[in-house]
Amino acid sequence: MSDTQASVGTVILTINGKQVEAEAGELVIEAAESNGTYIPRFCYHPRMEPVGMCRMCIVEIDTGRGPALLPSCMITVAPEMVVDTESEVTKKAQDGVLEFLLVNHPLDCPVCDKGGECPLQDQTMSYGPGESRFIEEKRHFEKPIPISDLVTLDRERCILCDRCTRFASDVAGDTLIHFQDRGNQTQVNTFPDHPFASYFSGNTVQICPVGALTASPYRFKARPWDLDQVESTCTTCAVGCRTLVQSSRNEILRYQGVDIDPVNWGWLCDKGRFDFESVNSDDRLGAPLVRDGDAMLPVTWGAALSKAAAAIAAAEPARIAVIGGARLTNEDAYAWAKLAKGVIGTDNVDAQLGDGLPAEVVLGLPRATIDETFTVGGTVLLLAPDLKEELPVLFLRLRHAVLKDNVTVVELAPQRTSASPLAAATLLHRPGSEGEVMAAVLAGSTDREVGGVSPEAIAEAAALLADGPVTVILGRSNLGDDGAGAVAAAAAIHADNPEVRFLSALRRGNVHGALDMGLAPGVLPGRVSLEAGGAWFQSNGWPTMPTGRGLDTRGILQAAADGKIDVLVMLGADPLANFPDTGLATRALAAARTVVAVEHFLTASARHADVVLAAAGYAEVDGSTTNVEGRVSTVARKITPPGTARADWMIAAELSRLLGTDLGLESVEQIWSEIESLAPSHAGITWDLLRSDESRDGVVVPLAADAARPSLLDYTAPADTTAPAFDAYSLRLVASRKLYDLGTTTQRSGSLAGLVGGTDVRLNSYDFDRLGIEPGANVTLTGSAGSLTLVAQRDDGVPRGSAAVYVNQGPAVGSLIDSAQAVAEVRVERA
Amino acid sequence: MARLTETNLGTAHEIISRYPRPKSALIPLLHLAQEQDGFVADDAMAHIAELIGVTPAEVLGTCSFYEMFKREPVGDYLINVCTNIACMLVGGEELLHHLEGRLGIKAGSTTPDGTFTLEDVECIAACTEAPCLQVNYRYVNKVSHAEADTLIDDLRAGRRAGEVPKHGVLARVRQQIPAERRAGNAAPGESGEPVWLQSAARPTEAGAGT
Amino acid sequence: MTVTEAPPIITSRFGHSDSHTLERSLATGGYDGLKAAMAKTPTEVGDEVKSASLLGRGGAGFPAGTKWGFCPPGVWPRYLVVNGDESEPGTYKDRLLMERDPHQLIEGVLIACYAIGAAQAFLYVRGEMALAQERIAQALNDAYAAGYIGQNILGSDFSVDIVLHWGAGAYIVGEETALIESLEGNRGMPRLKPPYFPAAKGLYMQPTVVNNVETLANLPWIISKGGAKFAELGAESSRGTRMFAVSGHVRNPGVYEVEFGVTTFRDLIYAPVYGGGIRDGHSLKAFIPGGASAPWFYEEHLDIPLEAGAVGAAGSMLGSGAIVVMDDTTDAVKAAWRVVRFFARESCGKCTPCREGTSWLEKVLRRILDGHGRPEDVGLLLDVCDNISPGIAWPPKQTTICPLGPSVVSPIASAVVRFKDEFIAYCGGTAESPVAISGKAYLPMRTTKPNEVAGV
Ligand SMILES: Cc1cc2nc3c(=O)[nH]c(=O)nc-3n(C[C@H](O)[C@H](O)[C@H](O)COP(=O)(O)O)c2cc1C
Ligand code: SF4
Ligand code: FES
Repeated sequence: MSDTQASVGTVILTINGKQVEAEAGELVIEAAESNGTYIPRFCYHPRMEPVGMCRMCIVEIDTGRGPALLPSCMITVAPEMVVDTESEVTKKAQDGVLEFLLVNHPLDCPVCDKGGECPLQDQTMSYGPGESRFIEEKRHFEKPIPISDLVTLDRERCILCDRCTRFASDVAGDTLIHFQDRGNQTQVNTFPDHPFASYFSGNTVQICPVGALTASPYRFKARPWDLDQVESTCTTCAVGCRTLVQSSRNEILRYQGVDIDPVNWGWLCDKGRFDFESVNSDDRLGAPLVRDGDAMLPVTWGAALSKAAAAIAAAEPARIAVIGGARLTNEDAYAWAKLAKGVIGTDNVDAQLGDGLPAEVVLGLPRATIDETFTVGGTVLLLAPDLKEELPVLFLRLRHAVLKDNVTVVELAPQRTSASPLAAATLLHRPGSEGEVMAAVLAGSTDREVGGVSPEAIAEAAALLADGPVTVILGRSNLGDDGAGAVAAAAAIHADNPEVRFLSALRRGNVHGALDMGLAPGVLPGRVSLEAGGAWFQSNGWPTMPTGRGLDTRGILQAAADGKIDVLVMLGADPLANFPDTGLATRALAAARTVVAVEHFLTASARHADVVLAAAGYAEVDGSTTNVEGRVSTVARKITPPGTARADWMIAAELSRLLGTDLGLESVEQIWSEIESLAPSHAGITWDLLRSDESRDGVVVPLAADAARPSLLDYTAPADTTAPAFDAYSLRLVASRKLYDLGTTTQRSGSLAGLVGGTDVRLNSYDFDRLGIEPGANVTLTGSAGSLTLVAQRDDGVPRGSAAVYVNQGPAVGSLIDSAQAVAEVRVERA
Repeated sequence: MARLTETNLGTAHEIISRYPRPKSALIPLLHLAQEQDGFVADDAMAHIAELIGVTPAEVLGTCSFYEMFKREPVGDYLINVCTNIACMLVGGEELLHHLEGRLGIKAGSTTPDGTFTLEDVECIAACTEAPCLQVNYRYVNKVSHAEADTLIDDLRAGRRAGEVPKHGVLARVRQQIPAERRAGNAAPGESGEPVWLQSAARPTEAGAGT
Repeated sequence: MTVTEAPPIITSRFGHSDSHTLERSLATGGYDGLKAAMAKTPTEVGDEVKSASLLGRGGAGFPAGTKWGFCPPGVWPRYLVVNGDESEPGTYKDRLLMERDPHQLIEGVLIACYAIGAAQAFLYVRGEMALAQERIAQALNDAYAAGYIGQNILGSDFSVDIVLHWGAGAYIVGEETALIESLEGNRGMPRLKPPYFPAAKGLYMQPTVVNNVETLANLPWIISKGGAKFAELGAESSRGTRMFAVSGHVRNPGVYEVEFGVTTFRDLIYAPVYGGGIRDGHSLKAFIPGGASAPWFYEEHLDIPLEAGAVGAAGSMLGSGAIVVMDDTTDAVKAAWRVVRFFARESCGKCTPCREGTSWLEKVLRRILDGHGRPEDVGLLLDVCDNISPGIAWPPKQTTICPLGPSVVSPIASAVVRFKDEFIAYCGGTAESPVAISGKAYLPMRTTKPNEVAGV
């Protein structure tokens, strides 16, 4: 900030006799704190609108009309203002408020989860009066009541600060808890039989200033003083929320959100917050397994590794493939890329499971950060899946952007999403036709319906996008098609204006780090193409290089099914659960000669493996991860892995050694310095920088250019694809994800496992009439790959001609998808 | 005991149409539900939530704040005896206790036959007529114990049906804004300076309004 | 005894049994004030009201004309919200004005809307007042039909809808920002001032004028007869006439419209045409001069005129024109408890000191009345009061959001200081105050140093 700016934006006021500087518009409570005076508070929370209800922060403020007791959380600083936080009057008033808060409080600290980290308890110790003068009967409420599957409420402890209720309505938009009754009987509660079923409910537990709200997964597990913690980054999805990992006796007990400006503002979603249970799961693999007939037997690492190595050694590079890797840290991913491409020499490597977008698109298009995407007054084009289901905290940022920073959202999607109510316009398109719809929007108008979208809707969207700057959030909104539509739409946008920037909406944990590290066909670590970077890496210690571009996961599984893959390595990949076309995945696993799984659990896919190598996981290894923005931040080791499970990079190094090559990687730190020194996009991002205070928020890649290294791959538009012709006799399948599914993370987290909702097939009213069926009826969906019977539900958020289902919810939706087809056409008949 | 009937739904839409924002109609709509069922049923609250586009929790939040809304059935006759200062000074409490004895119930409860609910209430703005009470929100002033007894007998015998409608009914006349006379809602952002101010501003050099 | 012969201004039609009908209204000059107003410019109407120096009749006593001027220029739409929530214990006048002369109120509302440029008016009637709601609904329907309300009023370009709205039982909703919350469909919890002053950020965060029923009922007369004529009546800041409800231990309790500013409390309580004196054979013990929130007055205050300034200087307020008279048979502790119970029951619960403090005080007083008083209780009562309203001053300071919390202090300080012996009889001890009490009406009194709690 230049001096002029500084002087413009600042105000001089007096706090406790000292002249201090504050930012214009800043609240007194903040100004005081940044100048070293902490004013006690309960209802005030920096990420929510102040309400001035608890009155704990009242201090004497003189705005010219003499000192008056005012809530410092509601008053903004003004020149000449005189604030006294230590006067007799202030002290007595604050002590009084504290006493009032305690008169009806049960004071059951010894049995309260919050004991030891409770602001009310702490205030009482430091400011409060001694023994109670209140001898009357206290207020009584039925002791803790569950207000959702995850959260429990003790109304006797509640001090009615309005934090949880404000969070629910203002931040999450789930107004399912609310003040009820009046005066001294006021309570927080839900409407009868409408539980607080919010994906974000855990945040209310974290921000509750007393022990009124507690999380079932943590209740009575530990006392704060037994907890030992380290700061890390959540890898449950790709948003990259900053967290505190807290453990006791080598067991993870809790994650807490950490407030960092560029990403999560302190919030976490419930999946990210509570899936620590899966880390502690008894089902975790503690030793390698080797197939013996139908049995999987525990064996020594030596035995397992040499069996895997032997299979690899015996096969030609082109007949070896590696899928998965989004679960890995950047360092692990680099080690595996180096093993696969630099040692084995295969380019059949893909961290995505046919459910994402081509690496060139994600890495090649101009990137935007979350903050850049949501600049005040800006416009966002949403070409993505339901953010609330796939990247929950990014949804909170979008919601804030629309409601508070007047950001305009235009949505192009195959079905309405949680973002639709916030969008200025939502264009519901026919699966696969994003490209042509986008082209029409960019053209400004059309005379005919395009991809199921009316000319009016297209004109409206065009008008809204006209006054940019526009940023695009790009992801894969339908697993029922091959994603070519989204790719074509992005191409059209880029062709129209190369300045437009994109924020990736790929969901899986560290998928962006895996792509950066080269775990995709045709690319090498540091966002360079195989051609551009091959020589560089070989001259820098990579023994070999693939001869040409390899296959992506779809190609790999097809090849495997055709008997062209001898060794299939699954790096934390569960294609049976996650590859859209279940049929192909099944055939591939059956036909691949040797299947090696590097896993935490014996997943459905791992059960088909010949060798299963037990990997260490989240909170068990140090390293770094990369989020949707390309922001690299640290993840930290807090506990030891189960049994003899090993870090993924060690497994890669061992296999390499058995293959007769020293991978040259000895430690996470050393791997990172190799990445920093070789990967073109990672120049300058040193191990120390990442762990320095100023990089607590992480560092966005690339940081600095290094002319000596190969240039980053730039975007090349894909060959024109024409949207598949539309068959009026069938419906197009829209297959999307829910936050809670049958994936291992949810299922191995006891508290979340039960939250899976299953799936019906949702159809537009028009199609009900057309097909002559009633809502609630059983219908059979028949696709080219198979058929399935589901209950039909009316949902006009699904456009005419589409049939919407959720994947990985139980019913074998994957049996309807044939990944050889651009889109999945299904016929729907009464069962 | 449930969602609003077709007729009441019509009334509900008419009420909502008078406000720039639907949620403003919430209290009148809760009264409508109470008029229909004698109390505010959960289903009615859920229905109202749909009508004004909020969650049921928000509706309950408002409903439970106000004393007049009953969430369980009450007696046919709700007797509110004022015991606040002005009435207390001239026998309000004694009147309440007399009625407790006469009805055989404590204030805050309902007679077993469901005819009467007795309540001890705050000032009902009839202080110069103390001691006073309300039956289904109709006033009875300067009530002697004898008059209280007659009142109970009359109500039991249905002799006051004319002046005292069933619980939940307040005004028996509804406001009706004739379409052709209607000036229309002034929603924020949708209406600017009133025309009569502009025209008035022209002759005199005066600024806006005041 | 000076009982002036002021003309009835707002109760002029009360003599007629059909005073609530449009016919009677029109037959007795109804809507002439509106026509007179519309013949002037809105600005001139505003000036006329300023010249009348009409004080708000809702309790705060703020000059109406000045208040209208607070709406920020150029911000539209503006709203008028009529406060007909009358619930202050002892207060009984707005209900009469709404039941007996709804057209006079409607006319006043129209005049105000015309002057301030309100695009819509909301008439908020207390929920328990079924008859008032009925009469106003009928009056509105008739006035709409007759062309006085709605589109192009009386053929002019002045158009405004008046919407009848009604509450559901919550005293706090009388507070103007709570009233607005309630009108938005929310829990009636006050907003913080600053920043939410209705004139700037009121209904739907738009400029909003909130006026009391009686305040507006004066407008037709003021406009037709002239502000100057109105200002001739009364004295000092208190002009015109005002309705007072005299209740409690007087011979003839009633609601009287008297000349403001000059009539004294003694007149109202003792004059045969008004209160007629203390009921048989008893003497005055104390009286509440302006509603339950007001510090009590005693014998020595009787000759203070009903004038806002004078009453304020003596340490209390005229508030909502409610005078509650207590004779020598009154148990001061019981009277204080009953008023405190009211505030405890009516606290909205939004802010801590009021939510917890008022019911704590109520419990302590109840315990004392039940015979379980302790010597330290008086000190406790006053110290808790001090934590709600520091300094037990008048006008009150507050640790709360709105004035309801501090209102609980008036009855306690009034009773404790003046009728100390009664508390000592219940609690023993010396009933010394541990905190300094500065409210003038509470004096005389003795204080000890802070924290030196009486009797311990
Ligand atoms: C706790 C509380 C209760 C109030 N109750 C009422 C009321 O019942 N009626 C009323 O007109 N004003 C009441 N007021 C005053 C209003 O806040 C507001 O000042 C008044 O309606 C403004 O109208 P006026 O300027 O015409 O008097 C109350 C104020 C407080 C703090
Ligand atoms: S002082 Fe009482 S009534 Fe006023 S806001 Fe606080 S709690 Fe509510
Ligand atoms: S923190 Fe300011 S009032 Fe609660």
